[in-house]
Amino acid sequence: MNLYLECLTGLTPEGMVIATALIVLLVDLAVVQEKPQTYRTALAGAITCLGCSMAMNWVALMPASVHVAMLAVSPMTQWLKLLLLLMTFFVAVLSWHQRITRHAGEYLAVLLLGASGLMLLVSSDNLLMIFIALELLSISLYALTAFDKESRASSEAALKYLLFGGTSAAFTLFGISLIYGLAGDIQLNFIAARLRGLPGEPLFYVALVMTLVGFAFKLAAAPFHLWAPDVYQGAPTPVASFIASGSKVASFFVLARILLTAFPGARGTASLDGFVPGWAPIFVVLAVVSMIAGNVAAIVQTNVKRLLAYSAVAHAGYALLALLADQRHALSALLFYTITYAFTVLGAFAVVGVVENSGRPASLGEFAGLSRRAPLLSFCMLIFMLSLAGIPPLSGFFGKFYVFTAAASAPPQLSLLWLVVLAVAASAVSLYYYLQVLKQIYAVAPPQSASPWLRPPLSAQVAIVTLAVIVVALGCAPDLLLGKITALLKSHPF
Amino acid sequence: MLAWTIYISFLGAALLMVLPGENPRPARVIALLTALAGLIIAAIAVIDCNRHSAAGVLTDVANASWIAELGIRYHLAADGISLVLALLTAIAAVAGILFSWNIETRTREFFALYLALIGGVYGVFLSVDLFLLFVFYEIAIIPKYFLIAIWGSTNREYGAMKLALYSFVGSAMVLVGLIAAYVVAGGKTFDLVGLAKYPYPASFQNWAFIVVFVGFAILAGLWPFHTWAPTGHVAAPTAASMLLAGVVMKLGAYGALRVAMTLFPVGLHTWQNTIAVLAVIGIVYGALVALVQQDFKFVIGYSSVSHMGFVLLGLMTLSQIGLSGAVLQMFSHGIIAGLLFAVVGRMVYDRTHTRDLAKLQPMNLNRVIPFAAATFVVGCAASMGLPGFSGFIAELQIIVGAWKTFPIFAVIAAVGILAGVAYTLRVLVKAFFAEGIAAPPKLPDCDRISLPERAGAVLLLVCTLVIGLFPRLLLELITPSLNSPLMKPLWKAGLR
Repeated sequence: MNLYLECLTGLTPEGMVIATALIVLLVDLAVVQEKPQTYRTALAGAITCLGCSMAMNWVALMPASVHVAMLAVSPMTQWLKLLLLLMTFFVAVLSWHQRITRHAGEYLAVLLLGASGLMLLVSSDNLLMIFIALELLSISLYALTAFDKESRASSEAALKYLLFGGTSAAFTLFGISLIYGLAGDIQLNFIAARLRGLPGEPLFYVALVMTLVGFAFKLAAAPFHLWAPDVYQGAPTPVASFIASGSKVASFFVLARILLTAFPGARGTASLDGFVPGWAPIFVVLAVVSMIAGNVAAIVQTNVKRLLAYSAVAHAGYALLALLADQRHALSALLFYTITYAFTVLGAFAVVGVVENSGRPASLGEFAGLSRRAPLLSFCMLIFMLSLAGIPPLSGFFGKFYVFTAAASAPPQLSLLWLVVLAVAASAVSLYYYLQVLKQIYAVAPPQSASPWLRPPLSAQVAIVTLAVIVVALGCAPDLLLGKITALLKSHPF
Repeated sequence: MLAWTIYISFLGAALLMVLPGENPRPARVIALLTALAGLIIAAIAVIDCNRHSAAGVLTDVANASWIAELGIRYHLAADGISLVLALLTAIAAVAGILFSWNIETRTREFFALYLALIGGVYGVFLSVDLFLLFVFYEIAIIPKYFLIAIWGSTNREYGAMKLALYSFVGSAMVLVGLIAAYVVAGGKTFDLVGLAKYPYPASFQNWAFIVVFVGFAILAGLWPFHTWAPTGHVAAPTAASMLLAGVVMKLGAYGALRVAMTLFPVGLHTWQNTIAVLAVIGIVYGALVALVQQDFKFVIGYSSVSHMGFVLLGLMTLSQIGLSGAVLQMFSHGIIAGLLFAVVGRMVYDRTHTRDLAKLQPMNLNRVIPFAAATFVVGCAASMGLPGFSGFIAELQIIVGAWKTFPIFAVIAAVGILAGVAYTLRVLVKAFFAEGIAAPPKLPDCDRISLPERAGAVLLLVCTLVIGLFPRLLLELITPSLNSPLMKPLWKAGLR
């Protein structure tokens, strides 16, 4: 009984989010079905935001620490949930003005279910539970991607996403079953103990690779990224930003947790002289392929959403470098990087959403002369793009810098320097395509047909400016975030 | 106090960005006041430093913990070399604003970007924490891109992107070197003074030095990585080319001296001759290419490559006189290149709308705009290295230094000076003093030289003259810095 009670307390925020999802659905269905469209959208949005805020409040004020059965709730996970809820909140706010669907209630309910999947994902320390949370998240995302029923691209993207996702989930499940067969357990910390002495067994590496396939898919790391461009482009823009932000942070975190708690002994080394098999070489390959494929493909894109998709592939590559760093820096570098990336990409998609909302797809030409039509918005986009390119003093720069430094100091010293060189070079290439977007915004004259002023809705404007402020603040004073992360990691490793 | 040169520039930029309306006048005034404030602060700091004869030590300007986890500090400090370059930045900034007084389109944004660039440049010259230095170094890249891409002329998008990518590749190399140096030294600090004390193994220094040095030197126009410079200069609006040649190229040379050479003296010794060869090639190549250009601005662009070659050669002499000549040449070239670009871009091009020497030839410009002609004559004299101007004393020191270290290069560099005289006289005659047709074609909008232009020209002319006549003013700052404990390893590794 006590155990259940403890479980329930630990899961309260998830419960609140799910309850909000149900309330949104119910209200939309039962109470306001006959009301005008805008009223319904506004009400559903308000309830969603309220629910998210309440859950955030709960997480912030009630730092629970539960470690029972399949659940690991620590200050670290609570804090991450706070951030994930904040991201969901932003996505909900930014969905507000988008004419994605006539059924805002359903849309937001699915979004909230996805958010609950995210939260479960970060607080499970059991392979099966992780898989279930991943599926909850994925299925919500498939549905969200398809939500724009009037767009063919949306359905096509969802189908592609579903097929790729389903296949890679099957791989992961198979890998998990093999690990269970080898270790006799699915609890992460027990696996580590049981597997001691096992590395060297070929079957173990098969299991490891299989398991990682699903994660590589979720992170859009090349060569498992083929879904990303179509989904980012086809999905409603807020959904794309949700996939790129919250889903990525949670997936990276849980991936790091699996590797560092369950398979610390199977690390291997990826230095050029002295190769030892393990997961590190796998990530080196993924990182190299992602950085090259993402950056090269992004150069030729003419649709900004697609460009952001390829840039996301490249960024997954950079972030993977953090996993290769030494124990002390790996997790803090990874978290700092992914969190700042998430906020930046949320902002970038928000601007794309506003521009796109005026009717046409987000091609580069649509951004021409934006600085004349919406100066504030353009300036925020400048911040987001330069942060993605890694220009100081924006948070993207310190994120990259920290990841690179951490990777370079992985023992033995400088053994991964070649990878850092590649990453720095890739990031120099990336400046080109981010500048292409900014060139359209600032240097090209607006088309004659465009209206002189673009007036974004107030909610979107406030959200975008807030995100830009976050990106600048975390870049100028990284200690705000980094201090928190290191403090949490010191007291509670996971 | 000195740190306010940075803050005030960024504050000015921020103020301009939020300024309502499109009226250019308040924007210009704010920009000018900001730059003047920077100049006053820098001048006070220089005078202060002279009075306390504190040029030999790095005097802290600001020092606070910034990113504790990595041992990164917000550490600004200045010695004589930084002060000389901060002063140059201040002068170039004021002059650049005076020469962009006629910018009418998007004036606010122009000056906001301009001041942001200036702020970044000040930051580089004053940073001691290498992470901080790198941050400022990169901050300076992006405004350059927009200044050229929006307000530029010939081939502006190409020039802007080329410049941005070259700069970014250079800074990527610097970043790799810095991270490696940080990791090898134990991952405790990014402080220049702290890292310089660490005895890096020779094998490490040999590759780290060349990576960091070339990374910086790309921006200093090191041959064969100079190709961004002429295209960038030509594409840029006047004020931006003044800054590019006047200040931004010095960022590269300063970084090469402050970071690469100070941290890796053994590596420096290994690569000394190779880089000196490249520098000499740059001197001669730049001068020869300038000799055959048809575009007025390309001549000045290539002359910058040549003059910056002298800076790099001076650095590689590793003798006191050569190094102090190099720093003096940074200052001198900053002033002179600014002056020449101002004449070409603002006084001539904005009035005649052409830079083609063949078209300028029949215009008899010395009669139409005599002030421009006079300014250009004096600027050319300074650029050729005539005694009495700053260029003379700087290049003389470098040649003397080079003579001690590698005599052959000194001779070749002197040939470069001769070629410099040739291209300067050629362009001077063609642009201003050609025996034109009796009645020069009427230039419809050829208004008189305006007051801001005169003020800017006088400011720069006075600077080059004063330093030419009293080089002591700056050498008193430079020489003690070269003998500071920070530079000790340099002398140990090389010749004296």
